[in-house]
Amino acid sequence: MADISDTRTTPATATRPAKRFRWDTIGDHAVLIAGALLMLVPVYMVFATSSWDAITVHRNGMQFGFGDRFVENYNAALFEYGGFTDSVNGMTMLANSMILGLGFAIGKIVVGMMAAYAIVYFRLKFATLAFWMIFTTLLLPLEVRILPSYEVITAMNLGNTYTGLIVPLIASATATFFFRQFFRSVPEELIEAARIDGAGPVKFFIDILVPLSRTMIAAMFIIMFVFGWNQYLWPTLITTDESLFTLVRGIRQIIQSYADGSETPDYGQAAALAIIAMTPPVLIVVFFQNWFVKGLTESDK
Amino acid sequence: MKRAAFGHIGFPILLLIPQLAIIAIFFYWPAGYAIQSSFYLEDPFGFGSTFVGLENYTRLTRSSNYMESAWFTLIFTSVVTFFALAIALLLAVKADKVIRGAKTYRTLLMWVYAIAPPVAGLIGVMLFDQSRGNLTQLFGMMGIEYRLGVNYWDTAIAMITVSIWKQIPVNFIFFLSGLQAIPRSVREAAMIDNPSGTRRFWDITFPLLAPTGFFLLIINITYSLFETFGIVDTIVKGEPGNNPMTLVYRVFVDGFRGQDLGGSSAQSVVLMILVLILTIVQFRFLERRIHYT
Repeated sequence: MADISDTRTTPATATRPAKRFRWDTIGDHAVLIAGALLMLVPVYMVFATSSWDAITVHRNGMQFGFGDRFVENYNAALFEYGGFTDSVNGMTMLANSMILGLGFAIGKIVVGMMAAYAIVYFRLKFATLAFWMIFTTLLLPLEVRILPSYEVITAMNLGNTYTGLIVPLIASATATFFFRQFFRSVPEELIEAARIDGAGPVKFFIDILVPLSRTMIAAMFIIMFVFGWNQYLWPTLITTDESLFTLVRGIRQIIQSYADGSETPDYGQAAALAIIAMTPPVLIVVFFQNWFVKGLTESDK
Repeated sequence: MKRAAFGHIGFPILLLIPQLAIIAIFFYWPAGYAIQSSFYLEDPFGFGSTFVGLENYTRLTRSSNYMESAWFTLIFTSVVTFFALAIALLLAVKADKVIRGAKTYRTLLMWVYAIAPPVAGLIGVMLFDQSRGNLTQLFGMMGIEYRLGVNYWDTAIAMITVSIWKQIPVNFIFFLSGLQAIPRSVREAAMIDNPSGTRRFWDITFPLLAPTGFFLLIINITYSLFETFGIVDTIVKGEPGNNPMTLVYRVFVDGFRGQDLGGSSAQSVVLMILVLILTIVQFRFLERRIHYT
């Protein structure tokens, strides 16, 4: 920090900024620790609460310490039928969330890469038109056209199916847009070389472009998986059949038992389900944070 | 398009078909259907519909409920955007400055990104609960009676707090990346020219961060408008009553609870226009300005 010329001319003043710097650093850490606590404490409280019995939580609110009902609550949240509904348990919801997250991420990446490849690497008269048609979809989230989308799905008889759950969510071109940006940054020499070697478009795509895009694909996958896993409104509308409920959809069930007030909700079990619902996406983001940050910051602009 | 592109015709069309088919069926069809039905009044008993022109729109402007939601959305969006950006910027500047533990702080501050909005809403409901909420009890000790779901603004505060909390990580990541993209040479030059950290931040760092900030402004407005749906829905516990509501939540409530297809469609169209304006502003006006001044 301290400048070299500084220390050489007046050593006495050089120590002063160094000392102030240390105080600054303590202040910086204090702010960062406060910020980290703001992010951590609410979730820690849910976690601690998930180890208590319903009556304690009902009387005293969320807990800071740990109780002895850890195993029972998670067991009930995962395996007990009729905890919140009659025909679904946590494992089914977990499986459905997985199907939605994976299906959405893979579907979006495959469809998006194919379209981006067509737009960037082929002389197509309507490539620009196709691009703008696809690009427009970035503007309007599903929430805005929710009622007509629901009517369309019902008209197509896709209610309560995985297709109806996943495919309409893919109808936004974020992945296409990011892959287009990425493909445009790939050097032209590569395709020239490939053509000289006699590689056709399929070979070039599979042998050269896909391996080159590995990092990008990984980053996209993480972002899209989390996005799909966390979907709420669409699954709520499109799945009335409880065996298709996702974990996030199951949260609504908990809230409703709160709102009814007819029986004491099993808070510990509810907290356990919330923890189960947030664990996979959080783990993915934390473990693959470099890819995640790369995907988020490089692609979104 | 690349200069050395392939000359095929059939193959690229084959590649485009899945994407185009999906957006045609699940984007353009519903969007067109929304525009169309916004001019019609649906018979509540299912006996067809009548063309009413702009009546669904004028009905919105006359509806005190809708106008109240519009005002609430404006306040909600401004407050959430401001605090989510301000807190994240403060944390990013500090995280960029510290040498020890920078990566740990990044991990600790970003992971909330992965929590679903309704799960965040549930945490809010448990913290702000009328009788058992830990924060409610805290407020009680300070002599403030906090009543979630009963008092309009108490409910609003819970929604706003949870929405800000949920959005800080995204802004933090973008600000931190933006800060770390500032070249070392610029930082060192600034350090020599101006020893005051605050001045250095406002004169050099902040303008360099402006493109990121502007991009985030748009992202945060969109977030507040649309992605907070799950938070709003869980905090009002699925029972709108006279609770505060954002515009996109009203599209859902009027469409699915009220069975008012025309009115809900008109609301959708209003939101579509709003998003279009936001996008145009982003591309045409402000971005250019920030880059060149």
